Amino acid sequence: MTTEALTRPGTAVPSAPGRRRTRPWGQLASQAFLIVASVLWLLPIAFALYVAVRPYSDTRKYGYVSLPHHLTLKNFSDAWTQSDMLHFFWNSVLITVPAVIIVLALASGVAFVLTRVDVKVNIALLILFTAGNLLPQQVIITPLYRLYLKITLPHFLSDSGLMYNSIFGLIAINVAFQLGFCVFVLSNYMKSVPEEMYEAALVDGASLWTRFWRLTIPLCRPALAALATLLTTWIYNDFFWAITLMSSGDKRPVTSALANLQGQFVSNQNLIAAAAMIAAVPTLVVYILLQKQFIAGLSLGASKG
Amino acid sequence: MSSTSHADTAAAAQDGATAPVPRRRRGVRRLSLRDRIVVAVLLGIPLLLDLAFVWFPAIGTALLSFTKWNGVGSLHTQTCKPNVPSILNNGCWYGVQNYHQAATIYPEFWPAVRHNLIWLAVFVVIATPLGMLFAVLIDRGIRGSRMYQSILFLPVMLSLALVGIIWEFMYSQNYGLINTVIGHTSDSNAIDWLGNPHLNLWSVLVEATWRQSGYVMVLYLAGLKAVDPTLREAATVDGANAWQTFWRVVFPVMKPINIVVMVVTVIESLRAFDLVYITNKGINGLELLSVLVTSNIVGETQRVGFGSALGVVLLVISLVPISVFLYQTFRREEAS
Repeated sequence: MTTEALTRPGTAVPSAPGRRRTRPWGQLASQAFLIVASVLWLLPIAFALYVAVRPYSDTRKYGYVSLPHHLTLKNFSDAWTQSDMLHFFWNSVLITVPAVIIVLALASGVAFVLTRVDVKVNIALLILFTAGNLLPQQVIITPLYRLYLKITLPHFLSDSGLMYNSIFGLIAINVAFQLGFCVFVLSNYMKSVPEEMYEAALVDGASLWTRFWRLTIPLCRPALAALATLLTTWIYNDFFWAITLMSSGDKRPVTSALANLQGQFVSNQNLIAAAAMIAAVPTLVVYILLQKQFIAGLSLGASKG
Repeated sequence: MSSTSHADTAAAAQDGATAPVPRRRRGVRRLSLRDRIVVAVLLGIPLLLDLAFVWFPAIGTALLSFTKWNGVGSLHTQTCKPNVPSILNNGCWYGVQNYHQAATIYPEFWPAVRHNLIWLAVFVVIATPLGMLFAVLIDRGIRGSRMYQSILFLPVMLSLALVGIIWEFMYSQNYGLINTVIGHTSDSNAIDWLGNPHLNLWSVLVEATWRQSGYVMVLYLAGLKAVDPTLREAATVDGANAWQTFWRVVFPVMKPINIVVMVVTVIESLRAFDLVYITNKGINGLELLSVLVTSNIVGETQRVGFGSALGVVLLVISLVPISVFLYQTFRREEAS
């Protein structure tokens, strides 16, 4: 609206003479406020990045807050090689990718049934799934931990032979926990698909499966893309499940493994900064590439409240 | 099977002109056997997973909270005997004793409750209005709004564990940016932002707010986009200024988003865990209910019954915002 008024001053002036006088100041104040906020918001990340590109010898001699004498990328390569980060990244991939795919597959099935088939208890089930996602993780951890120690898995899924301390176990809990949110968002999205499309499909003799797989899923592609990006960051960023349901550090995903690295590199903060920056890369890349989807994804879940 | 449903729908289509609604309903409801199997599979597997790994443990926690158990050995239904060494009493029915102990003699309980409340208050009083302000300013489409939006949302993309590590460089006693800038790095006058139990909760809350307000901003941005622009135009034509337009017209229309933000705020402050855990394992001034639950059941002490009681306290508090959210969300569906 503001831009429209600015480009067509002739139309805006007569209707709101008072606003025109205050607008330049308002604009200036808004700009100033947002610039200050942006600087404050970037500062911690920028400083950590600055620490990461300085050699340890420099910061030891001149302090962390000092002008740069040398800049180096060596901390990044050192962090990468000395801490086995590739290994932890691979763990994250092994957990995140299957978990995201399984959640989306299962959630779209549930959402479809709950929105398109009258199973009498649709709303009760929707509430069950949605509420499950809102519980604090600590509320379910005790029995879950016990359960994970009881469930045995074949050795190709878990070398401990248990759900506990296995990648498979982490996938399972991430899937179960995130299902609620995805069912909620997808069922809202599927409700907006016009009924006429399903009538047409019925006329063509499409079975329930065809209506789901050939009609609904392709229509939900934007919502699925948005959810995929959100889920990727959430599951990648998970900390609690990884530290409680995994006993051996070498199987943990990268974000929780970083807590161990902190202890390992405690004398060399530059290396920790570099490792932290490396660990942040995947979500930042996802964010930059799919920014539009992110906003859309959040609004899908949000505007339906 | 598919031929019968085909015939059904063909008949429905022919009748469609006269009585479309009831025929359509019946067409969807009357499922072939194959369709029923599809429904059972699509619904059954996720339901089983959700019940097994989320709801069964939640109920389990509630039951365990009435027992005294160290996690080893079996549970039984006998009442705990007083004046018997706890090793012999293990796995017994303890009634509400865990809750009683938590409220009366467990030293960390009330500080943790207070910290959770402070956490909530800071989110409500600072993070939420800040996020809303960001959203409103950005939504007005001022120059560079996309860039501001990206920068302010950036922390939300980082895991809380990473946020803790990154802020360490700001807060560190002897090399941190803050102490260096204000000249408090020597041993005599250094401020221990994260170690001082009177200070560290507030320091961590700065980190939490830094992240939370970006989250709130995005929720409000989504809400503001959904507001019908003609409403604002009408308000402007009526001579309302920007302030009045927002509070009298836009804000009330955003009621659904306000509820979502409120629920997110309460739930995020109850769930808070990662930041304090990565900072100092959540002790020495940073106790939160979530930390107490975790340390009692997966820590060294293994007081499973007691930890579960704390978990149930957390559950009961969480159920308030969850119910508000569900009520608001599903009330309309029930009506339609």
